[in-house]
Amino acid sequence: MDLVIINYGAGNIQSIRFAFERLGFSPELSADPDRISRADKIIFPGVGEASSAMAKLKQSGLDRLIPELKQPVLGICLGMQLMCRRSEEGGTPGLGIFDVDVVRFTGVPKVPQIGWNSIRNLASPLFQGVGEDEYIYLVHSYFAPLGAQTIATSEYGGPYSAALAEGNFFGVQFHPEKSGKTGARILKNFLEI
Amino acid sequence: MLTKRIIPCLDIKDGRTVKGINFVDLRDAGDPVALAAAYASQGADELVFLDISATEENRKTLAQLVRRVAERIDIPFTVGGGISSVADVDLLLHNGADKVSVNSAAVRNPGLIDDLVAKFGSQCIVVALDARRVGGEWKIHLVGGKVPTEVELFTWAREVADRGAGELLFTSMEHDGTKGGFANEALKTLAGQVSIPVIASGGAGTMAHFADAFLLGEADAALAASVFHFNEIPIPELKEYLKDRGIPVRI
Repeated sequence: MDLVIINYGAGNIQSIRFAFERLGFSPELSADPDRISRADKIIFPGVGEASSAMAKLKQSGLDRLIPELKQPVLGICLGMQLMCRRSEEGGTPGLGIFDVDVVRFTGVPKVPQIGWNSIRNLASPLFQGVGEDEYIYLVHSYFAPLGAQTIATSEYGGPYSAALAEGNFFGVQFHPEKSGKTGARILKNFLEI
Repeated sequence: MLTKRIIPCLDIKDGRTVKGINFVDLRDAGDPVALAAAYASQGADELVFLDISATEENRKTLAQLVRRVAERIDIPFTVGGGISSVADVDLLLHNGADKVSVNSAAVRNPGLIDDLVAKFGSQCIVVALDARRVGGEWKIHLVGGKVPTEVELFTWAREVADRGAGELLFTSMEHDGTKGGFANEALKTLAGQVSIPVIASGGAGTMAHFADAFLLGEADAALAASVFHFNEIPIPELKEYLKDRGIPVRI
């Protein structure tokens, strides 16, 4: 399994690497479009601010590469948000893979949402062996509303997309690398897709 | 539903856990990695590592420890103690810490919070507030609560949140170590003043104290050390207790 984690300078990706190592895989970190194109599976991580992360993708031409990828791609947290049409954070356009606009939480007492929340309406092989209402760990101020591509939901002041999928593209709002056994199972499932 | 978090805190000196730790079934309670793994398997929601020996020479030891923890642990963890620069934070995050906690350095130089948020994002910047009452007013204290300042707790908390911090870790120095309960009144005031999550710290002695911190203090998370280290309150029992009282927890 040739697994590559896209390393474009948007946040800490060591935890994701370690999570795959715990599963017995050795992912490579790369920002090189040629290297990424050759991988069997690709992880698209990201933490931080959306418009500056998008600017970094553009600098390296990854904004054009990622939507063209044919192998399974998993976006995590901000990675998932950047795969959407646009984000209210910094008013930036996204990669347009998921037909949904990312918006900020309103009408909730605390932003960001930080902690363990439950996921349900699981509708993807990504959640094979994961039960309804299992807990995953999230840290985010913006979210993707529900849409046709929603494959898992969660609730914070209302329902939102905990995960999205379109063809070979998958995105999770939560951090599977920090979500205990549930998260590890989801990463393992992705490798088996 | 978003759950309330239970957070054991490990004090670290020269890469080892300090304070008496008497954890069931643990061969080396001085090994922070083994202890962290035990807490994770018990159902702790997060961990905090506080480096109480924070000096320049110890930075590398701490970074190595952070890396070993990150390799092994699959729940989030925060590292704090003596963090005073963007470079300090960079080293810890690069080695796999999920969040860092800044304290005295932010009080001395509030612009540090802006710099950290701009470089790393709000989600990984926790600001620790150590306070006790002086003449009826809550005042921030530095250096582990030893040095009083003129900074008022709630004013500072609002400023910290405005500067973009992702979370507050409030320790009442009056309650810390007493096992008499958390500073619920101050916690509730704090919760009403800021719209970022608040972690309660200082005073945990019984399971009821945790329930009070959530129900009366409106805290988003509760942190404790000795009640967990000596297994006085096993985390699975604590969570069942909280759940029975209608407090959402991850079980």
